Amino acid sequence: MAIAIKNYSRATEYNNIMALTNETIKERLIAKFADQLSHFEEPYGLLTFEAPKELNLKVLQFLFDDEELRFRFLTDLTAVHYPGGVGRELAVVYHLHNLVDNIRLRFKVFTSIGQPDVFTATQLYSSANWMERETYDFFGVNFVGHPNLKRILNVDEMDYFPMRKEYPMEDQTRVDKDDAMFGRGDLPAAASTGPVETPRAANEPRTPASGTPGEPGQKQDWPSDTTKIS
Amino acid sequence: MSTEHHIKLPEGSIEKTTTTLNLGPTHPATHGVFQNIVELDGERIVSAEQTVGYIHRAFEKIAERRPLYQITTLTDRLNYCSSPINNMGWHMTVEKLLGLKLPKRVDYLRVIIMELARISDHLICNSVVGVDSGAFTGFLYVMQYRELIYEIYEEICGSRLTTNMGRIGGFERNFSNAAWEKLEKFMAEYPAVLKEFENLFTRNRIFMERTIGAGPISGDRALNYGFTGPNLRAAGVDYDVRVHSPYSSYEDFDFEIPVGSTGDCYDRFLVREGEMWQSMRIIEQAYRKIQDMKGADADVYHADAPEYYLPKKEDVYTKMEALIWHFKIVMGETQIPPGEVYHSVEGGNGELGFYLISDGGRNPYRLHFRRPCFIYYQAYSELTQGAMLSDAIIVMSSLNLIAGEMDA
Repeated sequence: MAIAIKNYSRATEYNNIMALTNETIKERLIAKFADQLSHFEEPYGLLTFEAPKELNLKVLQFLFDDEELRFRFLTDLTAVHYPGGVGRELAVVYHLHNLVDNIRLRFKVFTSIGQPDVFTATQLYSSANWMERETYDFFGVNFVGHPNLKRILNVDEMDYFPMRKEYPMEDQTRVDKDDAMFGRGDLPAAASTGPVETPRAANEPRTPASGTPGEPGQKQDWPSDTTKIS
Repeated sequence: MSTEHHIKLPEGSIEKTTTTLNLGPTHPATHGVFQNIVELDGERIVSAEQTVGYIHRAFEKIAERRPLYQITTLTDRLNYCSSPINNMGWHMTVEKLLGLKLPKRVDYLRVIIMELARISDHLICNSVVGVDSGAFTGFLYVMQYRELIYEIYEEICGSRLTTNMGRIGGFERNFSNAAWEKLEKFMAEYPAVLKEFENLFTRNRIFMERTIGAGPISGDRALNYGFTGPNLRAAGVDYDVRVHSPYSSYEDFDFEIPVGSTGDCYDRFLVREGEMWQSMRIIEQAYRKIQDMKGADADVYHADAPEYYLPKKEDVYTKMEALIWHFKIVMGETQIPPGEVYHSVEGGNGELGFYLISDGGRNPYRLHFRRPCFIYYQAYSELTQGAMLSDAIIVMSSLNLIAGEMDA
């Protein structure tokens, strides 16, 4: 029950044990999957590559099982939407970590947005469960074989995938968001096409109904007996 | 008399022998807005189902329309018990993307702040475990030292909880004398308080009975569930981002990683206690290193990065170039170089990762937060299976679940 203290005299010394290098990983992967893997890059020292989406589980399983590679920690799983890429609009990105040799890699599969089916990684990593649900929730990636693929952060009734690029954030310069919608100023002319009971010209000032409490310029007369109670 | 029932019971709810209990979303024991639907057989938990997302604020979407410096405020609101760590993690992610090299003094100042934040995070977590097991006193003892930490934040950046501290490239201003004095006060007084706090709990029979064996997890399962931080180390895995992928010059410091064995609430408590002692060591070393600096090194508090670091206000009023940079930064008109970067820091709860993709525009193309809390909360139903209801509540507080971090 007592805690043990593991002492690394210096963090740097510990990091020098690192045996596995990006080149070795790349060679092992190419030896196994030949030319099916592509786009090997090393942005900021992190080995990044891409696989066809049918192979995602095979690659993950190989990275997990291989006695030399041992990528057994799923750090992160998410998706990115590239609306421009035809047939490869959605990228599912895995960040894996080999904790023994302390080396990370990034692995991507691309899928079309029309049929965004990607195999689930929940059999390998329990942590993938919610991360895949989150990715489904925001990007609509359908993780085939997921035990409980439903929305997690958004409401269940939502019928779109909000992190896709076709749903832009509100534009600061747009004109249809007017102060009038928040009870200030005049209603814009465009909004008066709605079910407004008493039509009036857009520039005509709003006339307050007489006796409406809280209108500026009208002093509130409270009944005198309420002051007596307090 | 009409036989119509106005209360509609779910199908089979009369015949079933278990009780459904909602822990949350606003239950005093959840310490945050998230829900557990617990199926109880008497006092024993048959199954638990977690629901999150009650305070989801779409930070990742918002970040896609913001210039880099405005995203710092979003990171505050992830794990709000240790927001400076989130701020610094975000700044470091951007600095990694830009390839900025920071002066050592900035790194050490950041280390001091991050370790203070870690202490305040662990302090709250551990004292709340005490509260949930019936020991309220410890919580009150330590609160004034969290207050002191917040006062140090206040001297540095002006705010306490959602700090928005620092900038890309360093700090907005140098630490004031008042900040140093408060830090010295903290370093002098805190160890005795922490010792007293430990005396109240560590060998307390009631506390041990309540926490030993509650919500245990093995190292293998913890790794499979994506645990990081103190919760993983309590299960016996010595993974610490500060050691494995050193950032902000953590490689310059001597410290140890406390590791537990059973991964239960007691080990999590002890690991957090041990980490607070280690944080004190790191703060003292960083303080000494900064005090030993001489000459120009001893005053620097930011890197030279005019495109991202706001110039001094008096320069803005008097120098053309500073005015241009000021305008470009404030209006968010600096282009971010294209690139793809993942950077992680050891947050209060574990590996807090930032996955930033830039396409060369003015805002990130995509920003994803790896929130440790969100990832390990899914293990909760496994941790509490077959446990008593009162254990489930301690497990919840000893995992240090922060709703802001879960929902992002």
